[in-house]
Amino acid sequence: MGASWRHPPILWPAVALAALLAFNLAFTRGFGVLEVRGGRLYGSMVDIVHRGSVVMLLSIGMTLVIATGGIDLSVGSVMALAGTVAALWLTSAAPRPAWAAMAAGGAVALAAGLWNGALVAFLRLQPIIATLVLLVAGRGVAQLLSDGQRIRFNRPDFEFIGTGSWLGLPFTVFVVGATLLATLAVTRKTTAGLTIEAVGNNERASRLCGIRPWLVKLLVYGFSGLCAGVAGLLYTADIRQGDPLRCGEYVELDAILAVVIGGTPFRGGRANVVGSILGALCMQTLTTAILTRGVAVEYTLVVKALVVVGVCLLQSEPFRAALLRLVGRRETRA
Amino acid sequence: MRNADCGSREEEPGRLILAMRGITKRFPGVVALDGVDFAVRRGEVHALMGENGAGKSTLIKVLTGVCPRDGGEVAFDGRAIAPRSPLEAQRLGISTLYQEVNLVPHLSVAENLYLGRQPGRAAWIDWRATHRKAEALLEGFGLRLDVRRSLASYSVAIQQMVAIARAVDISAKLLVMDEPTSSLEAGEVARLFATIRALKAQGVSVVFITHFLEQAFEIADRMTVLRNGTRAGTFETARLTRLELIGHMLGQDPAAVAARERARAPARAGGAARPALEARGLGRRGAIEPFDLAVGEGEVLGLAGLLGSGRSEAARLLFGADRATSGRVAVGGRPVKLRSPRAAVRRGIGFCPEDRQAEGILPDLSVRENIVLAVQGRLARAGVVSRRRQLEVAEKFMRRLGIVAAGPEQPVRALSGGNQQKVILARWLAMAPRVLILDEPTRGIDVGAKAEVERLVEELSRGGMAVVFISSELEEVARRSHRVAVLRERRKVAELAGEAVDERAILRAIAGGESHGR
Repeated sequence: MGASWRHPPILWPAVALAALLAFNLAFTRGFGVLEVRGGRLYGSMVDIVHRGSVVMLLSIGMTLVIATGGIDLSVGSVMALAGTVAALWLTSAAPRPAWAAMAAGGAVALAAGLWNGALVAFLRLQPIIATLVLLVAGRGVAQLLSDGQRIRFNRPDFEFIGTGSWLGLPFTVFVVGATLLATLAVTRKTTAGLTIEAVGNNERASRLCGIRPWLVKLLVYGFSGLCAGVAGLLYTADIRQGDPLRCGEYVELDAILAVVIGGTPFRGGRANVVGSILGALCMQTLTTAILTRGVAVEYTLVVKALVVVGVCLLQSEPFRAALLRLVGRRETRA
Repeated sequence: MRNADCGSREEEPGRLILAMRGITKRFPGVVALDGVDFAVRRGEVHALMGENGAGKSTLIKVLTGVCPRDGGEVAFDGRAIAPRSPLEAQRLGISTLYQEVNLVPHLSVAENLYLGRQPGRAAWIDWRATHRKAEALLEGFGLRLDVRRSLASYSVAIQQMVAIARAVDISAKLLVMDEPTSSLEAGEVARLFATIRALKAQGVSVVFITHFLEQAFEIADRMTVLRNGTRAGTFETARLTRLELIGHMLGQDPAAVAARERARAPARAGGAARPALEARGLGRRGAIEPFDLAVGEGEVLGLAGLLGSGRSEAARLLFGADRATSGRVAVGGRPVKLRSPRAAVRRGIGFCPEDRQAEGILPDLSVRENIVLAVQGRLARAGVVSRRRQLEVAEKFMRRLGIVAAGPEQPVRALSGGNQQKVILARWLAMAPRVLILDEPTRGIDVGAKAEVERLVEELSRGGMAVVFISSELEEVARRSHRVAVLRERRKVAELAGEAVDERAILRAIAGGESHGR
């Protein structure tokens, strides 16, 4: 609805997350345990936020892209690209400072995002095709850069962003939090929010209102690329190696799912960034719970799929109405 | 009542194909229909008239099962019915044709006619039989088409007739047409009417919704007028005058209506106005020949011409919506380059496009968001938007234009056509433009809203705004414009000013009898 930037309909993803947490708190042993060791908070719930940071970051950028009526399939490959470039800079003959490596990775990711945006905005390729190019090519370029090898490094100053902690919490939490706050500030407090929604809602009409759809798209894909770059840096720092093959593999699907669970409509015209964050947390909670409950790994994906379908159904108004009617009928009969 | 309300008389039941009684429908915050009676006889053409938001569409939606009714009963062909979907209504014999033809444009004509019911055996389609049947069916409607060609290759009018043929072939006893003529040319309308008369002869009943009063008078046997969700009356067309009809639609005395119709744009005092927007040799290859045009502050410039004469093309060039290939534009005496709508907006030009759905409204966004879209930057302070100030602006213009909505946060798609048009007008008025270009601002909206738009145009020009006014309805152009530029075959052929502006002179110029100037 119109008020989406200010009052996002985050009810259903929030309910889903609360239900998942409640279930685990009640039935999964040790799920609610939080303990402080060496000045750092440990526990399943901290772990969820930490492990979920990659998908949360991606879903922020993805939400804005989807709100313009597009999609970004390349985020996983862009992660690999950014991580590989950073790892190369860290291990070069004359080792560069950590900040320079991060800047290089981020710059490459931003450029990749702008490339996507240019294909969509100027060449008018369909977003799914335009970003498919980089989904395939991005990982290829990353492999070329690293000769197909993983690039190991031992650089505590860089590793800190993925493994370190601050104020007792994993540093990744602050990276996600800062990105989220910045995005919310820009989309809610400036004209950017309505402008993005307008382009996704009716591009021709928004052009006649003096909006530049090409610019909006360019920036939004660029932002998505940047988010992917930051996610790639976090992942690379966490595993202490640049991995052009495994970094960000299939993660674009998780990001898209998080946005869907979060309640941003796929046809565009509305953005629900907070919902997407909740969606990403739902999925991570599920993954963590499955692992800690010792469910056989073979079932993981199936269980995940079932929960995703359930949450999406909850968001569908016709389905909710049908459900209520069914319940109502039961009650009147009883 | 000035005219016998023949709908209130009980009719013998056998004569009616449809009898809706006491239909009530509520939407959150609105009573859309309040105990409406509506009866259609067998083999009659019955026009459903009323202003936007009077409840015509809702009544049709209830009838065709798009939305359930909250009260009342419906008898069709002597049986009580309550269809839950348009498909169910169609099976009962009620078919609906919408403004937009809802067939599949890329399939062939024959495929569209027999989609889902192709002759053949199991999964095999007998194409030869399909094509033969399709040709025969269309010939019954006086249409000779290559049924193998895609539907999209034919004009909207032909597509509509294909839709009618399909509906009737699926055994429609009652055909509902919602604004079928709004995108048709005069010749095509005549053709559609011939088809309707043929249907009537076969005993099919037709419910016809239109905003064109003349068309209703031409084709309808009876008319039912709705006003604010209630029935204002049902009348025999033969015993109703145009003024009486408008009076019923507006709930006003016919004399008051007559007085308003006579009103004309007041002559402007003083000499030539300062030019607000001037074009010299402006043109676009393949769209419109280079033309000169100027509109002064406080002046209403009408653009008249047939559909496809280049009216809209000229307007789009003046706004930068399309790029000109030749010529110069000056705004307020200063030469400018209008490379994009953005450039025009920044120089104080506003534009209401002809195609409201495709280029005007942002359907999922709220009324507030639609109104502030072009000025949100200006309403922001140091880059920070203020929802409160946006609401103030939105509410101010909702009041000023009388926009009927549940509130400023209601999505625009939920509003009626006239109110959507007013939202687009509000968007530009909020900008306080120097020049406002209105391309068919009154198309598809009802008499009351039309009058309001006309009044607004006059008010704005009196306040010093330059207005470019495009309309297919010549009376409207003649009534409101200080000057009129006439276009024919993508070329400006005449310009009329002052006393020379009247309907007949415009018509002559359009027909090419007499040319003034260029």
